[in-house]
Amino acid sequence: MARAVTLRVVEGHARQYRHTWRGTTFSTLVTPVLFLSAMGLGLGSLVDASATQTLGGVDYLTWLAPGLLAAAAMQNGAGDGSFPVIAGIKWEKTYQAALNTPVRPADLTLGNLLWAVVRASVAALVYVVVATAFGAMHLGRGLLAIAPAVVTAAGFCAWISAVTAQMKTDQGLAAIQRFFVMPLFLFAGTFFPVSQLPDAIERFVWLVPLWHGVELARALSLGTTPTGPWGVHVAVVVGFLALGVVLSVWSFGRRLHR
Amino acid sequence: MSLDAPATSGRSQALPLRTTPPVLLGRGARLVERNLLAYRQAWLVFVSGLVEPVFYLFAVGVGIGGLVGSVEVAGIGEVPYGVFVAPALLAASSMNGAVLESTFNVFAKLKWGKLYDAMLVTPMQPRDIAVGELTWALMRGGVYALGFLLVAWVTGLVVSPWALLALPASVLIGFGFAGIGLLVTTYLKSWQDFDLVTMALLPLFLFSATFYPIEVYPAALQPIVFLSPLTHGVALVRGLMLGDLGWALLGHAAVFVVLGLVGLRLATRRFAALLVS
Repeated sequence: MARAVTLRVVEGHARQYRHTWRGTTFSTLVTPVLFLSAMGLGLGSLVDASATQTLGGVDYLTWLAPGLLAAAAMQNGAGDGSFPVIAGIKWEKTYQAALNTPVRPADLTLGNLLWAVVRASVAALVYVVVATAFGAMHLGRGLLAIAPAVVTAAGFCAWISAVTAQMKTDQGLAAIQRFFVMPLFLFAGTFFPVSQLPDAIERFVWLVPLWHGVELARALSLGTTPTGPWGVHVAVVVGFLALGVVLSVWSFGRRLHR
Repeated sequence: MSLDAPATSGRSQALPLRTTPPVLLGRGARLVERNLLAYRQAWLVFVSGLVEPVFYLFAVGVGIGGLVGSVEVAGIGEVPYGVFVAPALLAASSMNGAVLESTFNVFAKLKWGKLYDAMLVTPMQPRDIAVGELTWALMRGGVYALGFLLVAWVTGLVVSPWALLALPASVLIGFGFAGIGLLVTTYLKSWQDFDLVTMALLPLFLFSATFYPIEVYPAALQPIVFLSPLTHGVALVRGLMLGDLGWALLGHAAVFVVLGLVGLRLATRRFAALLVS
């Protein structure tokens, strides 16, 4: 799939990152740790006093840690699919510049996606190590949970970059963030079991890719079985990514075709 | 050039309607008018600002509330978790809204759009810009706070008529944070610096006795929690919404009066230094 030229695009992202890393790195690495300590430790002391049963017998910190891993990965993927894409197409026009070389639109799509995977993986790895230090994860099982988290991140990056590549202004990005990414972050089983939601809403959770990613990450991290069959969760997460790749390649081609 | 000098001159008589400073806000009102016009093109962005705190209200109040049950509040007793956390989310969203408006949006106009350079060619002064942007941030925040309070009221999370005062309290919190936000913006160099703004906001949001009472923190950390301005905002709005009134609320409110006035004063100076040179 990936041509040698695609890897050049990844290299381009890496080189650019050397100048702009200050703009994202701190929040990427620190945000999930802050959430883990504020919610897992502080709020956890309230939750553990009353509701351990709902969480399958584990304490809130342990329960929350893998959910945050997947949800934070999704946010990273979504971020890499939005502003960098509209900047490349419209603001800085680096995509136009690249297209004057042997790079094709599909290379830009996949190059951005691979770069997002690299960043999400590093962030997830750092998070797992910190969560282990908190006593919130078992290192080995936590490392396993990185896999579904990163696939989820890549899926969101692909889908959102497909939409972003069609945008005329950046207004839509705020809408995606607030109407789509933020609600998923809050409601897809990250901070509380979806069984807490009203039944009418709870059923829709099967349609939410992040929930499947959270279920997989949590099952792997806790060493339990997920809500649904393993195969269904894996199929949704992988299918979401595959469809997103096809869509984003098509979308970039349509926008950047000369 | 003196900042507080009256901006009128003989020539402005030629365009009396457009250039006479309105009584309230001076020429800052023109900037508010400009922002209102500009947001007609971006109404979706405006509306979306209300959605985030409401999502948080449901996720935390209902979802996590179901796990926590009720919370023991000093001086009041057991309170359902949703009722406990709603005021904190209102205070936090006032902070977030005011800071985002006075940093990201003002920076874009200052550095990328060069909007203020253009404005200073008119009779507007740096002071008008600072006052105008601050006023706009407060108007926007006021609309969101009203929306949030309505949602909280409809969902049964408002338990005291004093909650009406949470609206002006939220605007006051916005005043304090927007003043500081404006000042910080004049020191930002590029978009990379916004990561620092985000990273200052998140710990305030998470660790200002927002999601759990301050007694949950280890005793040694509790004084540090009070260093966060948002802690005072949460205490203020929570006191009003739970109907737990006391003189301490005035102290909490004073924090934001001071922050806002100092921020505005220094930001005006910095704007003048940046723009009029």
